Amino acid sequence: MEATHPQHLSLNIKKVPQGRMGLWVLIAGELVIFGGLIACYLEYRLRYPQWKEMAAHTSTFIGALNTVVLLCSSYTIVRAHEAAQKGNISKVLIWMSCTIAGGFMFLIDKGIEYYREINEGFTFTSPALQQAGDHVGSLFWSFYYIMTGLHGTHVLVGMIVMFIIMMQVRKGKNLHRVELAGMYWHMVDLIWIFLFPLLYIAK
Amino acid sequence: MEISATHPQSFWSKYVFSTDHKVIGAQYTLMGCIMAGVGGYLAYVFRYNLAFPNAYIPLFGSLSAQQYNSFVTIHGMIMVFWVGMPVLLSGLGNFLIPLMIGTDDMAFPTLNMLSFWIFLFSAIVLLSSFFVPGGAFGGGWTMYPPLSAGGYLNHNPEFFKALFSGTSMLILAVALELVSMLMGGINFLVTTINKRAKGMTIMRIPIVVWFIDIAAVIFMFSVGPLVAGAFMLLFDNVLGTGFFDPARGGDPMLWEHLFWFFGHPEVYVLLLPSLGVLGEVFPVFSRKPLFGYKPIIYLALISAFLSVLVWAHHQFVAGIDPRMATFFSIGTILISIPFAGMFLSFMATMWNGTIRLTVPMLWAVGFVGLFLIGGLTGLYLGSNTFDIYAHDTYFVIAHFHYTLFPDIFFGFFAAVYFWFPKFTGRSLNKTLGKLHFWLTFLFFNGTFFLLFFNGLAGQHRRINDYSYFSLVMKEPYITFEKICTISAIALILSQFIFIYNVVVSFAKAKQGVKNPWESATLEWLAESPPPHGNFKEYPVVYRGPYEYSLPGASQDYLPQNIQEEPVTNTKN
Repeated sequence: MEATHPQHLSLNIKKVPQGRMGLWVLIAGELVIFGGLIACYLEYRLRYPQWKEMAAHTSTFIGALNTVVLLCSSYTIVRAHEAAQKGNISKVLIWMSCTIAGGFMFLIDKGIEYYREINEGFTFTSPALQQAGDHVGSLFWSFYYIMTGLHGTHVLVGMIVMFIIMMQVRKGKNLHRVELAGMYWHMVDLIWIFLFPLLYIAK
Repeated sequence: MEISATHPQSFWSKYVFSTDHKVIGAQYTLMGCIMAGVGGYLAYVFRYNLAFPNAYIPLFGSLSAQQYNSFVTIHGMIMVFWVGMPVLLSGLGNFLIPLMIGTDDMAFPTLNMLSFWIFLFSAIVLLSSFFVPGGAFGGGWTMYPPLSAGGYLNHNPEFFKALFSGTSMLILAVALELVSMLMGGINFLVTTINKRAKGMTIMRIPIVVWFIDIAAVIFMFSVGPLVAGAFMLLFDNVLGTGFFDPARGGDPMLWEHLFWFFGHPEVYVLLLPSLGVLGEVFPVFSRKPLFGYKPIIYLALISAFLSVLVWAHHQFVAGIDPRMATFFSIGTILISIPFAGMFLSFMATMWNGTIRLTVPMLWAVGFVGLFLIGGLTGLYLGSNTFDIYAHDTYFVIAHFHYTLFPDIFFGFFAAVYFWFPKFTGRSLNKTLGKLHFWLTFLFFNGTFFLLFFNGLAGQHRRINDYSYFSLVMKEPYITFEKICTISAIALILSQFIFIYNVVVSFAKAKQGVKNPWESATLEWLAESPPPHGNFKEYPVVYRGPYEYSLPGASQDYLPQNIQEEPVTNTKN
């Protein structure tokens, strides 16, 4: 006997779609990873008040600019989701392109920032600071690069995933995935909201 | 989503690159068994060296102190992360969850396959670390810095040399393994939440599925910081950062917190799935409903919550604040309450039941008996005053082997003997099974019981040759060491009975056993072995999973999928 579709037999409760459910679980896992990293940072930050001198070298202006860029790109992905719900493919593509452009903008800003800091001698291991005996200061930069680097990797992955979803949407497939991309992008945004004050404002 | 049972598959797509949950479960279990063989071999080598220092070790040669350290370290790593995790969490989870909740496959089959391949890669990275210059990492399985932050010898380590060192490869392997298990955990949770059969309400899910899911949740909420921490430790090694190295501004205590914040919940991640197996085995072979199904679930949820509040009891001698030590002592002793509750429920299930002392039941009862010793000695160690005395002695070794060995191996064998007919359509020889159980039970106690006394006498766990410390190591403790090693060798040899049993059963023709234990849960409804897609049609569930010895029913058990009045003797 041919099997019947499980949907006919399902429970009489409203289910969260499978993809969305999976993404919620993924986001929970991601938040714990970043949470652990942020907890480690805070532990050292409270122990070493001299970190504020190192934090003074980060550019609040570029950090703030990036916050605005990410928030705007979150808005555009919400518009893309709205368009996807209405089935308006061309609008989905436009709004998603805006979001990817926002991601590019973010990474370019980040790159400029890294370039300036590396030129000042603040790298992942900061050999100049190490040689001067300022191990604590060099540890700040290790944290700075690992936190922003992991976040930047998530931005990059988000952009790649969004590009793949755009290619699918263009053929009229998988419109529901626009929402999943949006959820992921909001998570990336949310994490930045935590990183920005910790690394750029608290000086 | 159609049930795709019929499309033809080549050997590769059927057994190797398969997305079928049963094949992936088998891959995990097989991989876990192979790694258990490696871990057992390492244990054999260093146990032999402990009993007969500097002797020629058959099948190995002579063991240097550095090799001894590597073997102890990798033995611990393998047994927890590459045996316990794949066999109990991924193996059981993949085999059982879709069948027991009545669906065709996992929610994300491709992700499931990917998680196995990442796991396989992590195992290869781990094993190849034995063959790099310097050998495998030997600083203890907890990888405490600064030993594990090896760059401290040189602030600018050579990148490739540092990357292909035993330390870095171990850290990388652990990180990959954790990522693989995270992917599996996502699958388990989404599958259980979204793909249950009609009528399979939350409070009708079999206890083993509940416990695997709770374990997956504990895992997900504790592993994150360690994933971040593992990469930080890796960067300390290969790039020369100083996150955990005191010589470069870092703090090794931070690693201990990150490691144990995951490492202690990990114990419950391993424990819960095999307690779930007991929850299936006891009702079936006592012919009684599980005593206190709902309270057991609530107890498991309480233990999940408490499990993330006890981690620093591993660090009582590492220099933490005594006020904090009191908090963690109390938490540790508190967490024994939910587990005592579960074990009492299992015993109450057996009370007045019609007990069938089959092979799986033997393993389950053995589990309860042995775990009792492990749990009770854990109460002593949880109190920081006693722990300061017993820390890093063989008392601790004996304690955690009395918890983890029954947990991983007795739980696994109970599950294998119970579900083997289901997943192969063959049955295992009962006499050999009982022989396997009794020999394992005997030699396990022979291996670890005397170590409690050695530990209390002061034998330290990290010393490879006690002939230099004749004041500590005198009679009867030298004899105890020898009894322990001989038992350990016999324990390893007893496992060949199991291998023989499995091989012989596969050599015979399929028997197509249907429901040999007369169990009421859904997985027995499918064919044995279940085809790709599991069920001919999706089952509908009418009652809870443990309806045995119902008054007024036509047989002494009522499968979940049969509609019959009186429907149930509980309110589910």
